Amino acid sequence: MELHVKDIIQWLEKTNEKIQLNKDYLTALDQAVGDSDHGINMSRGFHEVVNQVKTKDYTTVSDVLKDTAMILMSKVGGASGPLFGTAFLRFSMGVKGIDPINQDAFTKGLEDALAGIMQRGKATTGEKTMVDVWSPVVNYFKVTTNVQADEVTQTAKQAMEQTKEIMATKGRASYFKEKSIGHIDPGAASSFYIFEALSEVIKGEG
Amino acid sequence: MKKIMNDPNRVVQDMLAGMIAAYPNELKQIPATTAITRSEAPVSGKVGLVSGGGSGHEPAHAGYVGKGMLDAAVVGEVFTSPTPDQIYEAIKAVDGGKGVFLIIKNYTGDVLNFEMAMELAEAEGIQVDKVIVNDDVAVEDSSFTIGRRGIAGTVFVHKIAGAIAEQGATLEEVKTVAEKVVNQTRSMGMALTPCTVPAAGKPSFHLEENEMEIGIGIHGEAGIERKPITTADEIASELTEKILTDMDLNNNEEVAVMVNGLGSTPEMELYIVNKKVNQLLTEKGIHIYKTFVGEYMTALEMTGCSVTLLKLDDELKTLLDATSEAPAFRN
Repeated sequence: MELHVKDIIQWLEKTNEKIQLNKDYLTALDQAVGDSDHGINMSRGFHEVVNQVKTKDYTTVSDVLKDTAMILMSKVGGASGPLFGTAFLRFSMGVKGIDPINQDAFTKGLEDALAGIMQRGKATTGEKTMVDVWSPVVNYFKVTTNVQADEVTQTAKQAMEQTKEIMATKGRASYFKEKSIGHIDPGAASSFYIFEALSEVIKGEG
Repeated sequence: MKKIMNDPNRVVQDMLAGMIAAYPNELKQIPATTAITRSEAPVSGKVGLVSGGGSGHEPAHAGYVGKGMLDAAVVGEVFTSPTPDQIYEAIKAVDGGKGVFLIIKNYTGDVLNFEMAMELAEAEGIQVDKVIVNDDVAVEDSSFTIGRRGIAGTVFVHKIAGAIAEQGATLEEVKTVAEKVVNQTRSMGMALTPCTVPAAGKPSFHLEENEMEIGIGIHGEAGIERKPITTADEIASELTEKILTDMDLNNNEEVAVMVNGLGSTPEMELYIVNKKVNQLLTEKGIHIYKTFVGEYMTALEMTGCSVTLLKLDDELKTLLDATSEAPAFRN
C-alpha cells in the first residue's frame, strides 16, 4: 500500500460519511453506557475536519493529519475530542517527513496513535474502550506483510463487537459496572468506522 | 421544554455576554473563546488559578472568577467539557510568571481536556500543576471506576486555593493546600425532578411524582437509589450520615457546611435541610465554623440539593475567611 495526501483526505471523507450516517446509532450506544452525546460530538468534529481539509493545499500527509487532530480536539469535546485528537496528532508526528506513506510508515503512525490514546486515557486493553479496537488493528498491521483491505474491516469489526462482552472499567461507563455488559462501546464503534473507511481507501488504491 | 432563551445552540455565548455586561469592571472574555478572566489578568507574581467545565452549573465556574478566587474559568457547552485549545488560551492569559494551577472536577472529559491543555502549555514553557476534585461520596471510589465525581465541594477548593494564591504562595504551596481541601471535603446530593439540556430538549431522566433519587450527580447521572420522597429531616440525615461515614471527623473538630441548591429548590427548603444538618452535627459534638446556604453548584433547573462538609483547621479557616471579590462569592 502507498497512501498519498489525496488518499488520506479520502479516508477522512469516508469516515465522515459513516459517522454522519450512524450519528443516531452512536448516540444511542452512548445513551446506554454514557452521557448520550457521542454521535452528536463525533459528527460535529468530522464534519468540520472534512470542511476544513478540503479548502487547503497540503503537500504532506503529516500536515493533513495534524490539522485533523487540532480540529477534532477543538470541535468534538467530551472525552472523545482529546482522545481522537491525540491519536491523529501522534499519527501525524509518527509519519512526519515520509511521503507518500507505505505500510511500514502507516503501521508506525498507527502504533504511535494507539500509544497516545492509551497514555491520554490511562487505558489498556480489556477495559471496554476504543483501545480494544485500535489495539488488534495495530497488531494486524504489524504482523501482516501484505495488508488486505477486507481483513482490516474484519479485524476492526470483530474487535468492536467483542467490546459488548466486556465490563467497563474506564470512562463514564465504568459507573454502570456489570450493566455495561451487553452494550458495544461507543468509542469502539466510531473507531470501527475509521478503520472501515481506511479499508475502503486501501481497496480503491490497491 | 420551556426555557428563557433565544436559541438552544447559543445559550452559552448569550450567557457569557450577559455576565460580562453585568460585571464589566470585574470580568472579561478572552476573544474568540468561552473563557472568562478577571479584568486585571494576568496578575504578575501570582499563581494563576483556572477552573471550568461544562456550563449549566452556574454560578460555577465563571461566578467564582475574581480577586481572592479564580483567575479564569473556561466554560464548555452545557454539561460538556471545554476543549483543550480554550483551556490553553485561559492558561496563557492568567500566567503571571509564577505558574498556573488547574482545578478540575473528576469527570473523564474534564480530566482529559484539562490535562491535554496542561501539556500544550508546558510545551510552551508555562509551569502548570493541577488538583482533581472528587468529593461526591455517592459514587464508589475504586480502581474499577474512574472514581468519585466532583460536585459542590469544588467551590471550597476554589475559595481556599484562591485565597492562598492571592497571598503570593508558590505553585507547590497552592497545590498542597488544594489537595488538603480535596482530602477533607465530602458531598452528596439528591433530586426531586430532572433537568433538561437545552440542545436535547427533553429531560435527561424521569422521576415519578412521589419519587426522589439519592446520590444523584450534577448532570443527572444515576445515584444510589430511587425511592418515595420523605421528609426534609430524613433527607438531610441520609445525606449527612453517608458523608460522615466516609469522613474522619472527631468530637470537637470544626467543619464548614454547604447546603447547595441544584437550581430549582426554594431557599426556604435549603434552610429546612440546613436546620437538620446543623442539629445532627451539633449532637455529634462537631463544631460548625461557618455555613453556606444557597446555589453554588447547580444542575440547570434540577430540583434538589446537596450537602457538603469541609473539615477545617486553623490554616483552612483563615483562608476560608479571606476576602473574595468573585461575583458569586463575596467575602
